[in-house]
Amino acid sequence: MSASTSVDTSGGLAGRLSFYLVLTPFLLWMLLIIVLPHVDLLLLSFKESATSVGLANYREFFGEPVYLRTLARTVVISILTTLLILLISWPVAYYIAKLARGRSKTSLYLACLLPFWVGELVRVFGWTIILRETGLLSRLLQHLGVVQGPIEFLYNDAAMIVGLIYTLMLFMIVPLISVLETLDDSLVEAGYDLGGNGWIVLRQIVIPHAMPGIASGCIIVFMLSLGSFLTPILMGGKSSQWFTEQIYTQFITRFNWELGSAFGFVLLAASSLVVWAGLKLSGQSLSSSLARGS
Amino acid sequence: MLRTIPGKKWLRWMHKAYLGLFLAYLALPLAVVAVFAFNDSTIPSLPWKGWTLDWFIGNGSTRTGMLRDGEIGASIGHSLIVAALVTLLSIGCGTTTAFLFERHDFKGKSLLYLLMLMPLVIPGVILGIAILAFSSTLANGLETHFGLSVEALRPGLLLVTLGQFSFIATIATLVISARLRKFDRSLEEAALNLGAGPLTVLRTITLPYLYPSMIGCGVVAFLMSFENFSTTLMLVGSDAPLTITMFNRMRQGSTPELNAVSLALMLASALLGLVSILAQHKKPPSE
Repeated sequence: MSASTSVDTSGGLAGRLSFYLVLTPFLLWMLLIIVLPHVDLLLLSFKESATSVGLANYREFFGEPVYLRTLARTVVISILTTLLILLISWPVAYYIAKLARGRSKTSLYLACLLPFWVGELVRVFGWTIILRETGLLSRLLQHLGVVQGPIEFLYNDAAMIVGLIYTLMLFMIVPLISVLETLDDSLVEAGYDLGGNGWIVLRQIVIPHAMPGIASGCIIVFMLSLGSFLTPILMGGKSSQWFTEQIYTQFITRFNWELGSAFGFVLLAASSLVVWAGLKLSGQSLSSSLARGS
Repeated sequence: MLRTIPGKKWLRWMHKAYLGLFLAYLALPLAVVAVFAFNDSTIPSLPWKGWTLDWFIGNGSTRTGMLRDGEIGASIGHSLIVAALVTLLSIGCGTTTAFLFERHDFKGKSLLYLLMLMPLVIPGVILGIAILAFSSTLANGLETHFGLSVEALRPGLLLVTLGQFSFIATIATLVISARLRKFDRSLEEAALNLGAGPLTVLRTITLPYLYPSMIGCGVVAFLMSFENFSTTLMLVGSDAPLTITMFNRMRQGSTPELNAVSLALMLASALLGLVSILAQHKKPPSE
C-alpha cells in the first residue's frame, strides 16, 4: 500500500478484469466473514426479547458492578502486562538488532520464535507444571528448606501475568527488532561524540526512532492480552475473572447471546478507546504501525 | 551501547547475563513439558519415578500412550483438515488481496485497507461469536423460510475453518504484500515487450518471485491454525480439534500423555518453522 502506479486500472478490458478478479475474494472475505457477522452481532446486542429492540443488554452491563469490575480489571492488567513486556523485551531486542552479529544473531532470533510456534496451550501447560502446588517451584523451595509446606503459586493474578508475558513477548520483540535494525549506527555514535551519555542517547535518539515499532508492539500485545482466553482460565484464580470468560459464559454456558453480544461490543469499544489513546500519545497511526509490525 | 563504542565492561556483562536469564526463561516451560513426558508416574509432576515411554506407545489398562489414543488421533485429524483448508484459503486470498492493494488504485482504497487490518485487532473470541451468531441467523432463516436445514452452518469444522481464516488471511496478505512491494516492475515490462501475454508474465515471472513468501506464510498459517484456541472454542461442534481436546483433558486433571502430545507438537512445529525460515531466506534468481 503506497505510491503504486495504476497501470492496470488505467483502462483496458484486461486491466478491469484483473481488478475484479482480485477484488472478489477480498470482498467475499470481508463481507461474509467480517462485516456482516459483526453487523449481525451488533443487531443481536440491541435485541431485548423476541420482538422488542432497545438498550436493555447494555443497561444490564452498566448496572451490574461485577461486569464493570471485570472489564476494568481486564483492561488494567492488560496495560500492565504490555508495559512489563516492553520493559523486558527492550534489552533483548536491542541486543539482537544492534549487538549480536552473524550466527549468534540468527540463533537468538530463532530462540525467541521457537516457543511461539509451539502454541499457547503447551506454553501455559508448562507453566502450570512449574507453578502449581505439587509443581517444580514449590518442591524446589521445600527441598532447599526455604519453606515448610507446599505453596500454590498458580491461580492468582501474578501467575496469570507471568503467563501472559511469556505468551505475548514475541509480538513485542519482533517489531522492536525490525525497527531497531533500521536505526543507523552512526546516529548513535554521533550522539556519543556530541557528549551524550547512554541515557541521553537512548532517550533522544534511539527511542524516538523506535517509536513506530514500540507503538505497533504495544497495540498488538495489548489487544492480544485483552482478548486472551486460555492463559487467564488456566492460570488465573477463581476470583480473577477475565472479560472474555464472561463473554464465553453468556454465549456458551447461559446461552444468553443478546447479553454476550453486548459484552463483545463493550470489549471492542474499550479496546479501541485504549488503542486510540495510545496512538494519540505516541503520535502514530494505526495502519502504518500494524503493517509495520508484521 | 554499540559494538564500536567502548562501553563500561560491567554494563556489557550485565546485558549478556540478562540475555542468558531471558533465554532460560524462554526454554524452561517447554523443557519441563518435554522432560515430564518421560516420567513413569500418572501425573506430570515430581517426584521423578524413572524413565518410561508409556505415554507415547503404552497400551495398558491405566495408561494410554498418545499413539494408541483414539480421541487424540481423531482430534489431530480434525486439526490437520482445518489447518490444510485455512492454509490454502489464506494463501489464495492473501495473494489476490496483496495484488489488489499493491497493484490497483481505486476509490476508498485506504478505507478498505484499514478494514482488511481489522481482524488483527478484533479479539479472537469476538470474531468467533460474530461468525457463530451470523451463521446461526442464516441457518434459522433458511429453515423458517425455505424449510432447509443446513448442517454446515451449525458449529463444526467448517465454521472453525472460516473463523480461523478470517484473521489468518490478514497476516497472509501483509506478508505477501511486503514481498510484492519489493518486486522490480521492469521485469514484467521487459517480458511484455518481448511479446508475452499478461497471464504468461504472471505465471512465469511474478508468481515465481512470490512463491517463497507464499510458502512461508502458508507454514505460518498452518501453525497458527493448529494452535488456535479462542476462535475455535466458540465455533467448535462435536468434532474437536487437538487444542480443544487437550484443553478439556487439562481441566479434568492431566496425565503425562498430554506432555507426550506437547513434545510431538514442539518437534513438528520446530520442523515446520525451520522450513518456513528456509523458504523465506531462499533468494530467487531475480535478486
